[in-house]
Amino acid sequence: MTPLIAPDQVPYLPRGVRLADDRVRGLRILQAPERAMQLDQIGDAILSELDGARSMGQITRDLASRYNAPEDQIAGDIHDFLTGLIERRMVFVRDAP
Amino acid sequence: MKDLPAQPRDLDGNPVTPRAPMAMLAEVTHRCPLACPYCSNPVELTRAGNELSPADWARVFREAAELGVLQVHISGGEPGARRDLAEIVAGAREAGLYVNLITSGIGITRARLEELDRAGVEHVQLSLQGIRPDMADRISGHPGSWDKKMAFADWVTEIGFPLTVNAVVHRQNMERLSEMIDLSERLGARRIEVATVQFHGWADLNRAALMPTREQAAFARQVVNDARLRLRGRMVIDYVPADHHAIYPKACMGGWGSTGLNVTPDGTVLPCHAAQSIKGMAFETVRERSLAEIWSLSDSFNAFRGTAWMPEPCQTCERKTVDFGGCRCQAMALAGDARATDPVCSKSPLHEQVVARAEADAASPTEALIYRRMTKGG
Repeated sequence: MTPLIAPDQVPYLPRGVRLADDRVRGLRILQAPERAMQLDQIGDAILSELDGARSMGQITRDLASRYNAPEDQIAGDIHDFLTGLIERRMVFVRDAP
Repeated sequence: MKDLPAQPRDLDGNPVTPRAPMAMLAEVTHRCPLACPYCSNPVELTRAGNELSPADWARVFREAAELGVLQVHISGGEPGARRDLAEIVAGAREAGLYVNLITSGIGITRARLEELDRAGVEHVQLSLQGIRPDMADRISGHPGSWDKKMAFADWVTEIGFPLTVNAVVHRQNMERLSEMIDLSERLGARRIEVATVQFHGWADLNRAALMPTREQAAFARQVVNDARLRLRGRMVIDYVPADHHAIYPKACMGGWGSTGLNVTPDGTVLPCHAAQSIKGMAFETVRERSLAEIWSLSDSFNAFRGTAWMPEPCQTCERKTVDFGGCRCQAMALAGDARATDPVCSKSPLHEQVVARAEADAASPTEALIYRRMTKGG
């Protein structure tokens, strides 16, 4: 299938989608229209990086150096995770300026 | 006021374990300018004088958040029929809930929509009764509804809210499903929910005019599948198929009393919006008890929790924790017994009868509709 995001594009949380704490269950969640999605630590770490400025490639490099992990493996994880959210319209993508 | 039991037990006395709810439907009024013949409100509608106040709602929202609810769906009736809607919305946001507004788009001006934005609405769902004025105005029983809805949709996207279109489909508009999907895309919707009419309450009175044919149900499935491929990454399509033509029933509420609850305009708390159709079942109200007590200990919420209450063929079915025996209200309506296997299930002894009746209704020539109305004095 056609990729929905390229490394030089900027992923961001659009209006109506936000990270939140589920205090009752002790979880991090992504709140979105009609949907609250439970996040694991990796999902939370990736989404916390979406600042609307950095591209997916820059975020990948930053996370790889912070967690001292191989960049190509992290790139695959981030790409797959974001693709799932783009398909659900919970992450939007724009071209880098 | 009768005491609640000390321990949660199902309708046979088996112990059950309530989990925390995720979502709440807040039906803040039954008043509505539309008269859709498949309205999900009960046939007996609540009058304005009995509606909860914004302060009542604020308390209910706080209790809901403390109980684990993450999202509230503010609906009606038409929620915009309440002049104090923004105050109700603000109460939900202050409680920390994610606020979805479910509206017909009729009766909310641009200025009020901006007020609702400031109050904290995060997502707007706009109902669509058909494509173009002829169908939309006839089904909604409201001349001019189509033009008002199109103007409203523009305001929603101009203000910047995420938009979901709720398209209800049935025999009289299913042929035009792909036009509804195209329209939603043009309106800038992130999602469209395509829901086949559920034949409870008002819709049950209109079975002969609205029941889709088997061919239409298959056609709708194909349209949805094709559109999902074409619109991948651009618009999400959620689809509720015609269950009278299915092999297995829908998972009612994701399991009775497991994830969701519904509060009616007068504060009655229901496990699902149609639960009052279950004869003999009594419901509690937030005017008398906390939401936590009602959720955990009321007979209505505990009645069908877990799986121990299930009769055969559900009890030994490998799908019993997949679809939970289907819809209790549909079992009530079609089998006369709320605990029966949902008769739309192919394993139900009533299945053939239900399919035959659905096919007879689908073949009916009638197009005349019985519109939703308040009885005299409403």
